[in-house]
Amino acid sequence: MIVRSSDRVVVQGMTGKQGSFWTEKMLGYGTRVVGGVNPKRAGELHGGVPVFASVREAAAKTGGADVSVMFIPPAAALAAAEDAIGAGVKLLVVLTEHIPSRDVMRMHALAGAAGCRIVGPNTAGLVTPGEAFVGIMPAFNPRIFRPGSVGVISRSGSLGTLICLNLLDAGRGQSAFIGIGGDPMLGTTVADALHEFEKDDRTDAIVLVGEIGGSMEEDAAPTIKAMRKPVVSFIAGRASPPGKKMGHAGAIVMGNRGSYASKRSALEAAGVRVVDTPGEVAKALN
Amino acid sequence: MDFEEAEAKELLRQAGIPVPPGEVCRDAEAAAAAVGRLGRCAVKAQVPSGKRGKAGGIRLVSDPQEARAAAKAILGMEIAGHRVERVLVEKCADIAQELYVAVVNDVATRGPMVLFSRSGGMDVEDMADRIVRIPVDIDQGLHAERLTNVDKDVADFLVRLYDLYARTDAELLEVNPLVRLKGGGLLALDCKLTVDDASLFRQPGLAGKGAREKMTELERRGRELGLKYIELPGDVGVLANGAGLTMTTMDVIEHCGGKPANFLEIGGDAYTKAEGALGLVLANPRVRSIIINFCGAFARTDVMALGVVEAWQKLKPSLPVFFSVHGTGEDEAVALIKQKLGIDPFDRMEEAVRAAVEAARVEKA
Repeated sequence: MIVRSSDRVVVQGMTGKQGSFWTEKMLGYGTRVVGGVNPKRAGELHGGVPVFASVREAAAKTGGADVSVMFIPPAAALAAAEDAIGAGVKLLVVLTEHIPSRDVMRMHALAGAAGCRIVGPNTAGLVTPGEAFVGIMPAFNPRIFRPGSVGVISRSGSLGTLICLNLLDAGRGQSAFIGIGGDPMLGTTVADALHEFEKDDRTDAIVLVGEIGGSMEEDAAPTIKAMRKPVVSFIAGRASPPGKKMGHAGAIVMGNRGSYASKRSALEAAGVRVVDTPGEVAKALN
Repeated sequence: MDFEEAEAKELLRQAGIPVPPGEVCRDAEAAAAAVGRLGRCAVKAQVPSGKRGKAGGIRLVSDPQEARAAAKAILGMEIAGHRVERVLVEKCADIAQELYVAVVNDVATRGPMVLFSRSGGMDVEDMADRIVRIPVDIDQGLHAERLTNVDKDVADFLVRLYDLYARTDAELLEVNPLVRLKGGGLLALDCKLTVDDASLFRQPGLAGKGAREKMTELERRGRELGLKYIELPGDVGVLANGAGLTMTTMDVIEHCGGKPANFLEIGGDAYTKAEGALGLVLANPRVRSIIINFCGAFARTDVMALGVVEAWQKLKPSLPVFFSVHGTGEDEAVALIKQKLGIDPFDRMEEAVRAAVEAARVEKA
């Protein structure tokens, strides 16, 4: 799930307002966007990129697609994911928020059967500074992203952005940013992203930006115990009241489950340095 | 969206799942009349919350007089913040055995999960170790022949329950207890249904039937504006983009010794709604200072800053406001805030938050 400049990327929903804006940004950054999808505008060029009726067609006519990124509204997301998975992409980046849970579960079942990795839903995407980015992150802002050796994992795009900014302020660039998403049922978990950074040669330390809700941070504790690379974490939501969805569908504390205290103690027991504010992350790495 | 027991049971009934005969009553006389017709009954508060029994919201009655007294006591009660406006008067069953069954969206397997236990009727948290978990392939659905460890009639019940769960886009459909009657047969004695909010657009028959959510006036206004606003007891108003950054802003407020007055995020598609959002923050009379914390990824800070400036010029509030602005559109946003409001955004969010907490303290004194 670390995106490379050699990865062949298809953008679903490329001709829409956001699809157009971010495709231009991705291309400008060096992402290898080989095609876009909009069945109504197949055959056209949009921003210099050929438009196809489906990911299947895009893959067939451009020599294959490795990654697809979806700028697709919730009701159409399952069909778009089926198309991308059917086209054989290895990585599907689902930016869409508020997809019906049933459709999300079907998406995961299809991807699992086809050996496709889903990142998201409700992710801000993936950034490999100096190389490529896929999604809706300000990769192109040199105050936020620069090549370095810190791997960043975040459920939130906005908070992940702030953490990357703080890291650069302290002189630490990033090997990659993996936005795993704010939904409850994610294709890529904290543990999955940790495994990826553990085996990535360019990464020598990891920042985990967690948040309340679910048990992904707790579930990742055994993985962290077995890792060689140091992990620093900030967990958002300490001041949030229980029983309420804090913006993200996944960010809700039910009883003790998903609570700040539960996550912090599980991570600390696994050897993670958990800091109180985002500004302390970079210092804790040293 | 949570459903009250009576609404959920109506759906069970329509799906061919047996439920006890019962009537929904809004006053004591109606409850008495219902017991006159049904005989020995349970009078049950209708609120979208568990723990009704513990709160005194469920009483067994034998005759209309007792029913009248029970309904009088229960109607108007406050249970978990919900006022009881209706009771379900339901005929008592002759129970031989209590079971637990449910179908949920399971996060770990990213698919549907059937839960079953031979001991039901108690808090699900208290019997976690006795629950059998049966994962279901979402594309194949649930078939009775897969359920080899349960009695045939329970297997059939589970299949019907699963089909209803799937058809209603439920996150949770729980029957606790499911009872086996002394005379044979199964009956769903209590039922909990939560429908996935993201699916309501394709569940037009259900959208209007859910329980009303507990909301403050400001939260209702937030919803009307399409904003995620949660009112909190503190005095530092919060406007930020993205769920993670907004929660973090609240965390840093508390870290600095303050208390947030609200959660309000304008990330995602809501980043164009800064103007209405700021109005909402200001509408809370407890707010003494405001922290505006933007870190633009998808959400462009220049667009959000413009909304804030426009709202500020329109509403002309006298409260101190502090900014931290970074990410997409940052240069334009910072220039705009300096030029139109004469305010210099802080370079670090912690400093901006600390200043807002300090200002709230000064205003209070």
